[in-house]
Amino acid sequence: MKIIIILISTIFVNNVILAQFLGICPFLGTSKKTSTAVGMGAAVIFVLVLATLVTYLLNKYVLVTHGLEFLQTIAFILVIAALVQMVEIILKKISPALYTALGVFLPLITTNCCVLGVSLKVVGEGFIYGNNVGEAIIYAAGIAIGFAVALIIFSGIREHIDLMEAPEGTKGTPIALITAGILALAFMGFGGLV
Amino acid sequence: MSNWKTFTKGLIKENPILVLLLGCCPTLATTTSAINGMSMGLATTFVLIMSNLVISLLKNFIPDKVRIPCFIVVIASFVTVVQLVMQAYVPDIYETLGLFIPLIVVNCIVLGRAEAFASKNPVWPSILDGAGMGLGFTFALTILGSIREILGSGSIFNWRFLPEDAQTILVFVLAPGAFIALGYLIAIVNRLKRTK
Repeated sequence: MKIIIILISTIFVNNVILAQFLGICPFLGTSKKTSTAVGMGAAVIFVLVLATLVTYLLNKYVLVTHGLEFLQTIAFILVIAALVQMVEIILKKISPALYTALGVFLPLITTNCCVLGVSLKVVGEGFIYGNNVGEAIIYAAGIAIGFAVALIIFSGIREHIDLMEAPEGTKGTPIALITAGILALAFMGFGGLV
Repeated sequence: MSNWKTFTKGLIKENPILVLLLGCCPTLATTTSAINGMSMGLATTFVLIMSNLVISLLKNFIPDKVRIPCFIVVIASFVTVVQLVMQAYVPDIYETLGLFIPLIVVNCIVLGRAEAFASKNPVWPSILDGAGMGLGFTFALTILGSIREILGSGSIFNWRFLPEDAQTILVFVLAPGAFIALGYLIAIVNRLKRTK
Protein backbone atom coordinates (compact mmCIF):
# COMPACT_ATOMS: atom_id res chain seq x y z
CA MET A 1 0.00 0.00 0.00
CA LYS A 2 2.77 2.39 0.98
CA ILE A 3 4.52 1.66 -2.32
CA ILE A 4 1.43 2.68 -4.29
CA ILE A 5 1.11 5.89 -2.28
CA ILE A 6 4.76 6.79 -2.92
CA LEU A 7 4.39 6.08 -6.63
CA ILE A 8 1.16 8.08 -7.10
CA SER A 9 2.46 11.03 -5.12
CA THR A 10 5.74 11.20 -7.05
CA ILE A 11 4.34 10.54 -10.54
CA PHE A 12 1.23 12.70 -10.45
CA VAL A 13 0.82 14.90 -7.38
CA ASN A 14 4.40 16.17 -7.01
CA ASN A 15 5.51 15.65 -10.57
CA VAL A 16 9.23 16.34 -10.76
CA ILE A 17 9.00 18.68 -13.75
CA LEU A 18 5.61 20.30 -13.46
CA ALA A 19 5.52 20.84 -9.69
CA GLN A 20 9.15 20.72 -8.52
CA PHE A 21 10.95 22.28 -11.52
CA LEU A 22 13.77 19.79 -11.70
CA GLY A 23 15.08 18.82 -15.11
CA ILE A 24 13.55 21.62 -17.17
CA CYS A 25 16.45 21.78 -19.66
CA PRO A 26 16.04 18.23 -21.02
CA PHE A 27 12.26 18.71 -20.75
CA LEU A 28 12.44 21.60 -23.22
CA GLY A 29 15.40 20.22 -25.18
CA THR A 30 14.34 16.67 -25.96
CA SER A 31 10.57 17.08 -26.30
CA LYS A 32 10.40 18.06 -29.95
CA LYS A 33 9.76 14.48 -31.09
CA THR A 34 8.02 11.66 -29.22
CA SER A 35 10.72 9.15 -30.13
CA THR A 36 13.51 11.20 -28.52
CA ALA A 37 11.27 11.84 -25.51
CA VAL A 38 10.82 8.10 -24.98
CA GLY A 39 14.59 7.53 -25.22
CA MET A 40 15.38 10.32 -22.78
CA GLY A 41 12.68 9.12 -20.37
CA ALA A 42 14.06 5.58 -20.37
CA ALA A 43 17.63 6.78 -19.86
CA VAL A 44 16.58 8.96 -16.92
CA ILE A 45 14.68 6.11 -15.23
CA PHE A 46 17.75 3.89 -15.55
CA VAL A 47 20.33 6.39 -14.30
CA LEU A 48 18.22 8.04 -11.60
CA VAL A 49 17.46 4.76 -9.79
CA LEU A 50 21.07 3.61 -10.01
CA ALA A 51 22.46 6.99 -8.91
CA THR A 52 20.10 7.23 -5.95
CA LEU A 53 21.10 3.77 -4.77
CA VAL A 54 24.82 4.50 -5.02
CA THR A 55 24.70 7.97 -3.45
CA TYR A 56 22.42 6.74 -0.65
CA LEU A 57 24.87 4.01 0.30
CA LEU A 58 27.85 6.33 -0.13
CA ASN A 59 26.25 8.87 2.19
CA LYS A 60 25.24 6.33 4.81
CA TYR A 61 28.42 4.27 5.00
CA VAL A 62 31.15 6.74 4.07
CA LEU A 63 30.17 10.37 4.53
CA VAL A 64 28.06 10.12 7.70
CA THR A 65 30.38 7.68 9.50
CA HIS A 66 33.30 10.03 8.94
CA GLY A 67 31.38 13.26 9.64
CA LEU A 68 31.84 14.57 6.10
CA GLU A 69 28.26 15.53 5.25
CA PHE A 70 29.37 18.95 4.00
CA LEU A 71 31.06 17.22 1.05
CA GLN A 72 27.73 15.83 -0.20
CA THR A 73 27.41 18.14 -3.22
CA ILE A 74 30.94 17.51 -4.50
CA ALA A 75 30.93 13.78 -3.81
CA PHE A 76 27.52 13.20 -5.38
CA ILE A 77 28.18 15.07 -8.60
CA LEU A 78 31.44 13.16 -9.07
CA VAL A 79 29.73 9.84 -8.39
CA ILE A 80 26.96 10.69 -10.86
CA ALA A 81 29.42 11.75 -13.56
CA ALA A 82 31.49 8.60 -13.09
CA LEU A 83 28.38 6.42 -12.96
CA VAL A 84 27.04 7.81 -16.23
CA GLN A 85 30.37 7.17 -17.93
CA MET A 86 30.46 3.63 -16.54
CA VAL A 87 26.90 2.85 -17.59
CA GLU A 88 27.78 4.07 -21.07
CA ILE A 89 30.83 1.79 -21.33
CA ILE A 90 29.06 -1.25 -19.86
CA LEU A 91 26.00 -0.83 -22.06
CA LYS A 92 28.20 -0.57 -25.14
CA LYS A 93 29.77 -3.94 -24.26
CA ILE A 94 26.78 -6.01 -23.11
CA SER A 95 23.79 -4.54 -24.90
CA PRO A 96 24.63 -2.64 -28.09
CA ALA A 97 20.91 -2.44 -28.95
CA LEU A 98 20.09 -0.63 -25.71
CA TYR A 99 23.18 1.51 -26.17
CA THR A 100 22.10 2.75 -29.58
CA ALA A 101 18.65 3.54 -28.13
CA LEU A 102 19.90 5.44 -25.05
CA GLY A 103 23.42 6.34 -26.16
CA VAL A 104 23.06 9.97 -27.14
CA PHE A 105 21.04 10.82 -24.03
CA LEU A 106 23.39 9.36 -21.45
CA PRO A 107 26.05 12.13 -21.42
CA LEU A 108 23.30 14.74 -21.13
CA ILE A 109 22.07 13.20 -17.91
CA THR A 110 25.13 14.23 -15.87
CA THR A 111 23.94 17.82 -15.99
CA ASN A 112 20.28 16.92 -15.58
CA CYS A 113 19.49 18.55 -12.28
CA CYS A 114 16.82 16.03 -11.34
CA VAL A 115 19.48 13.34 -10.79
CA LEU A 116 21.57 15.42 -8.37
CA GLY A 117 18.41 16.99 -6.94
CA VAL A 118 16.80 13.67 -6.06
CA SER A 119 19.97 12.13 -4.63
CA LEU A 120 20.48 15.19 -2.41
CA LYS A 121 16.83 15.20 -1.38
CA VAL A 122 16.83 11.52 -0.43
CA VAL A 123 19.68 12.02 2.07
CA GLY A 124 18.48 15.44 3.25
CA GLU A 125 16.95 16.24 6.63
CA GLY A 126 13.23 15.76 7.01
CA PHE A 127 12.87 13.39 4.08
CA ILE A 128 10.19 10.89 5.13
CA TYR A 129 11.40 7.90 3.14
CA GLY A 130 15.07 8.46 3.99
CA ASN A 131 15.48 5.75 6.65
CA ASN A 132 14.86 2.81 4.39
CA VAL A 133 16.87 2.11 1.26
CA GLY A 134 13.96 0.24 -0.37
CA GLU A 135 11.56 3.17 0.03
CA ALA A 136 14.20 5.60 -1.18
CA ILE A 137 14.65 3.55 -4.35
CA ILE A 138 10.90 3.39 -4.97
CA TYR A 139 10.74 7.16 -4.48
CA ALA A 140 13.51 7.64 -7.05
CA ALA A 141 11.79 5.28 -9.48
CA GLY A 142 8.51 7.19 -9.05
CA ILE A 143 10.24 10.52 -9.71
CA ALA A 144 11.89 9.13 -12.84
CA ILE A 145 8.64 7.65 -14.14
CA GLY A 146 6.95 11.00 -13.47
CA PHE A 147 9.68 12.68 -15.52
CA ALA A 148 9.13 10.25 -18.40
CA VAL A 149 5.32 10.63 -18.25
CA ALA A 150 5.44 14.44 -18.32
CA LEU A 151 8.08 14.44 -21.08
CA ILE A 152 6.17 12.03 -23.33
CA ILE A 153 2.80 13.79 -22.88
CA PHE A 154 4.46 17.15 -23.56
CA SER A 155 6.26 15.90 -26.68
CA GLY A 156 2.93 14.63 -28.04
CA ILE A 157 1.37 18.07 -27.56
CA ARG A 158 4.43 19.79 -29.00
CA GLU A 159 4.34 17.79 -32.22
CA HIS A 160 0.87 19.23 -32.79
CA ILE A 161 1.84 22.79 -31.83
CA ASP A 162 4.53 22.81 -34.50
CA LEU A 163 1.82 22.47 -37.12
CA MET A 164 -0.26 25.37 -35.78
CA GLU A 165 -0.01 29.10 -36.35
CA ALA A 166 1.37 30.70 -33.19
CA PRO A 167 1.36 34.48 -32.68
CA GLU A 168 4.52 36.26 -33.82
CA GLY A 169 7.21 36.22 -31.12
CA THR A 170 5.77 33.29 -29.21
CA LYS A 171 6.95 30.79 -31.79
CA GLY A 172 9.36 28.16 -30.47
CA THR A 173 10.25 28.22 -26.79
CA PRO A 174 7.69 30.77 -25.48
CA ILE A 175 4.69 28.82 -26.76
CA ALA A 176 6.26 25.61 -25.41
CA LEU A 177 6.64 27.21 -21.97
CA ILE A 178 3.05 28.47 -21.97
CA THR A 179 1.85 24.99 -22.97
CA ALA A 180 3.91 23.49 -20.16
CA GLY A 181 2.18 25.95 -17.80
CA ILE A 182 -1.23 24.74 -18.90
CA LEU A 183 -0.07 21.12 -18.51
CA ALA A 184 1.12 21.99 -14.99
CA LEU A 185 -2.30 23.48 -14.31
CA ALA A 186 -3.86 20.15 -15.37
CA PHE A 187 -1.50 18.23 -13.10
CA MET A 188 -2.52 20.48 -10.18
CA GLY A 189 -5.85 18.68 -10.42
CA PHE A 190 -4.14 15.64 -8.89
CA GLY A 191 -3.51 17.65 -5.69
CA GLY A 192 -5.11 16.12 -2.63
CA LEU A 193 -5.23 12.67 -4.23
CA VAL A 194 -2.85 11.21 -1.67
CA MET B 1 36.51 42.53 -27.91
CA SER B 2 37.02 45.27 -25.34
CA ASN B 3 36.63 44.55 -21.64
CA TRP B 4 33.55 46.74 -21.43
CA LYS B 5 31.83 44.72 -24.14
CA THR B 6 32.78 41.44 -22.44
CA PHE B 7 31.06 42.70 -19.32
CA THR B 8 27.90 44.15 -20.88
CA LYS B 9 27.09 41.38 -23.39
CA GLY B 10 25.74 39.15 -20.61
CA LEU B 11 23.36 41.82 -19.35
CA ILE B 12 21.06 42.22 -22.36
CA LYS B 13 22.39 41.00 -25.70
CA GLU B 14 23.35 37.50 -24.58
CA ASN B 15 21.23 37.37 -21.44
CA PRO B 16 21.53 33.77 -20.22
CA ILE B 17 17.83 33.29 -19.54
CA LEU B 18 15.93 35.62 -21.84
CA VAL B 19 18.06 35.02 -24.95
CA LEU B 20 20.20 31.91 -24.50
CA LEU B 21 17.64 29.98 -22.41
CA LEU B 22 20.19 28.41 -20.08
CA GLY B 23 19.55 27.53 -16.46
CA CYS B 24 15.79 27.29 -16.53
CA CYS B 25 15.30 25.15 -13.41
CA PRO B 26 16.29 27.71 -10.75
CA THR B 27 14.64 30.43 -12.85
CA LEU B 28 11.25 28.79 -12.60
CA ALA B 29 11.59 27.39 -9.11
CA THR B 30 12.99 30.28 -7.08
CA THR B 31 11.15 33.29 -8.53
CA THR B 32 8.09 33.13 -6.29
CA SER B 33 9.03 36.62 -5.10
CA ALA B 34 11.44 39.34 -6.19
CA ILE B 35 13.69 38.84 -3.14
CA ASN B 36 14.01 35.09 -3.66
CA GLY B 37 14.85 35.55 -7.33
CA MET B 38 17.47 38.17 -6.53
CA SER B 39 19.16 36.07 -3.82
CA MET B 40 19.35 33.09 -6.15
CA GLY B 41 20.82 35.30 -8.86
CA LEU B 42 23.46 36.75 -6.55
CA ALA B 43 24.47 33.31 -5.25
CA THR B 44 24.91 32.12 -8.84
CA THR B 45 26.85 35.29 -9.74
CA PHE B 46 29.36 34.62 -6.96
CA VAL B 47 29.89 31.03 -8.15
CA LEU B 48 30.23 32.21 -11.77
CA ILE B 49 32.87 34.84 -10.99
CA MET B 50 34.93 32.58 -8.73
CA SER B 51 34.80 29.53 -10.99
CA ASN B 52 35.67 31.60 -14.07
CA LEU B 53 38.60 33.12 -12.13
CA VAL B 54 40.00 29.77 -10.98
CA ILE B 55 39.43 27.93 -14.25
CA SER B 56 41.07 30.70 -16.22
CA LEU B 57 44.11 30.51 -13.89
CA LEU B 58 44.31 26.72 -14.20
CA LYS B 59 43.55 26.46 -17.90
CA ASN B 60 47.14 25.57 -18.85
CA PHE B 61 47.41 22.83 -16.21
CA ILE B 62 44.15 20.99 -16.89
CA PRO B 63 44.55 18.20 -19.48
CA ASP B 64 42.06 18.59 -22.30
CA LYS B 65 40.49 15.14 -21.95
CA VAL B 66 39.46 15.46 -18.31
CA ARG B 67 38.58 19.15 -18.37
CA ILE B 68 34.84 18.72 -17.75
CA PRO B 69 35.26 16.74 -14.48
CA CYS B 70 37.90 19.27 -13.37
CA PHE B 71 35.54 22.18 -14.07
CA ILE B 72 32.78 20.42 -12.14
CA VAL B 73 35.01 19.93 -9.09
CA VAL B 74 35.98 23.63 -9.08
CA ILE B 75 32.34 24.69 -9.44
CA ALA B 76 31.12 22.25 -6.78
CA SER B 77 33.72 23.57 -4.31
CA PHE B 78 32.48 27.14 -4.68
CA VAL B 79 28.87 26.00 -4.45
CA THR B 80 29.71 24.33 -1.14
CA VAL B 81 31.27 27.61 0.05
CA VAL B 82 28.08 29.51 -0.88
CA GLN B 83 25.97 26.84 0.79
CA LEU B 84 27.85 27.04 4.10
CA VAL B 85 28.03 30.85 4.11
CA MET B 86 24.31 31.25 3.37
CA GLN B 87 23.40 28.66 6.00
CA ALA B 88 25.36 30.66 8.57
CA TYR B 89 24.39 34.26 7.75
CA VAL B 90 21.03 34.20 5.94
CA PRO B 91 19.33 31.00 7.19
CA ASP B 92 15.84 32.24 6.16
CA ILE B 93 16.75 32.64 2.51
CA TYR B 94 18.71 29.38 2.63
CA GLU B 95 15.57 27.60 3.85
CA THR B 96 13.37 29.08 1.10
CA LEU B 97 15.77 28.36 -1.75
CA GLY B 98 16.53 24.94 -0.27
CA LEU B 99 17.62 22.35 -2.79
CA PHE B 100 18.34 24.90 -5.50
CA ILE B 101 21.50 26.22 -3.83
CA PRO B 102 23.42 22.91 -4.21
CA LEU B 103 21.88 22.57 -7.67
CA ILE B 104 23.89 25.60 -8.89
CA VAL B 105 26.50 22.90 -9.66
CA VAL B 106 24.42 21.58 -12.55
CA ASN B 107 23.29 25.01 -13.74
CA CYS B 108 24.16 25.04 -17.44
CA ILE B 109 25.27 28.69 -17.33
CA VAL B 110 28.17 28.07 -14.95
CA LEU B 111 29.62 25.09 -16.81
CA GLY B 112 28.79 26.74 -20.13
CA ARG B 113 30.82 29.90 -19.35
CA ALA B 114 33.71 27.81 -17.98
CA GLU B 115 33.85 25.79 -21.18
CA ALA B 116 33.10 28.56 -23.68
CA PHE B 117 34.95 31.51 -22.14
CA ALA B 118 37.15 30.96 -19.09
CA SER B 119 39.07 28.01 -20.53
CA LYS B 120 40.20 30.11 -23.50
CA ASN B 121 40.67 33.64 -22.10
CA PRO B 122 42.95 35.44 -19.61
CA VAL B 123 41.96 36.07 -16.02
CA TRP B 124 40.59 39.62 -16.09
CA PRO B 125 38.17 39.20 -19.04
CA SER B 126 37.00 35.89 -17.51
CA ILE B 127 36.07 37.67 -14.27
CA LEU B 128 34.21 40.36 -16.23
CA ASP B 129 32.43 37.73 -18.29
CA GLY B 130 31.36 35.88 -15.13
CA ALA B 131 30.17 39.10 -13.52
CA GLY B 132 28.24 40.19 -16.62
CA MET B 133 26.54 36.85 -17.13
CA GLY B 134 25.77 36.57 -13.41
CA LEU B 135 24.24 40.03 -13.24
CA GLY B 136 22.22 39.33 -16.40
CA PHE B 137 20.92 36.19 -14.73
CA THR B 138 20.14 38.13 -11.53
CA PHE B 139 18.37 40.83 -13.57
CA ALA B 140 16.14 38.31 -15.38
CA LEU B 141 15.35 36.47 -12.14
CA THR B 142 14.45 39.70 -10.33
CA ILE B 143 12.16 40.80 -13.18
CA LEU B 144 10.40 37.43 -13.30
CA GLY B 145 10.17 37.33 -9.51
CA SER B 146 8.66 40.83 -9.45
CA ILE B 147 6.06 39.98 -12.10
CA ARG B 148 5.00 36.85 -10.24
CA GLU B 149 4.95 38.63 -6.88
CA ILE B 150 2.91 41.57 -8.20
CA LEU B 151 0.34 39.34 -9.90
CA GLY B 152 0.32 36.53 -7.36
CA SER B 153 0.66 38.24 -3.98
CA GLY B 154 -0.09 41.89 -4.77
CA SER B 155 3.25 43.05 -3.37
CA ILE B 156 6.77 43.87 -4.47
CA PHE B 157 9.95 43.23 -2.47
CA ASN B 158 7.60 42.22 0.36
CA TRP B 159 5.92 45.66 0.29
CA ARG B 160 2.18 45.06 -0.15
CA PHE B 161 0.42 47.72 -2.24
CA LEU B 162 -3.02 46.11 -2.31
CA PRO B 163 -5.49 46.18 0.61
CA GLU B 164 -5.35 43.14 2.90
CA ASP B 165 -8.55 41.48 1.65
CA ALA B 166 -7.95 42.06 -2.09
CA GLN B 167 -8.06 39.05 -4.38
CA THR B 168 -4.84 38.21 -6.23
CA ILE B 169 -4.12 35.75 -9.04
CA LEU B 170 -2.72 33.07 -6.79
CA VAL B 171 -1.79 30.77 -9.65
CA PHE B 172 1.19 33.01 -10.47
CA VAL B 173 3.05 32.06 -7.29
CA LEU B 174 2.28 28.39 -7.96
CA ALA B 175 4.02 26.15 -10.49
CA PRO B 176 1.90 26.82 -13.63
CA GLY B 177 2.32 30.58 -13.28
CA ALA B 178 6.10 30.23 -13.46
CA PHE B 179 5.96 28.57 -16.88
CA ILE B 180 3.37 31.00 -18.24
CA ALA B 181 5.10 34.15 -16.93
CA LEU B 182 8.50 33.07 -18.34
CA GLY B 183 6.88 32.14 -21.65
CA TYR B 184 5.34 35.58 -22.08
CA LEU B 185 8.50 37.35 -20.87
CA ILE B 186 10.57 35.60 -23.56
CA ALA B 187 7.88 36.32 -26.15
CA ILE B 188 8.10 40.06 -25.33
CA VAL B 189 11.90 39.96 -25.59
CA ASN B 190 11.64 38.22 -28.98
CA ARG B 191 9.22 40.88 -30.17
CA LEU B 192 11.52 43.71 -29.04
CA LYS B 193 14.50 42.06 -30.73
CA ARG B 194 12.62 41.93 -34.04
CA THR B 195 11.61 45.58 -34.06
CA LYS B 196 15.16 46.74 -33.30
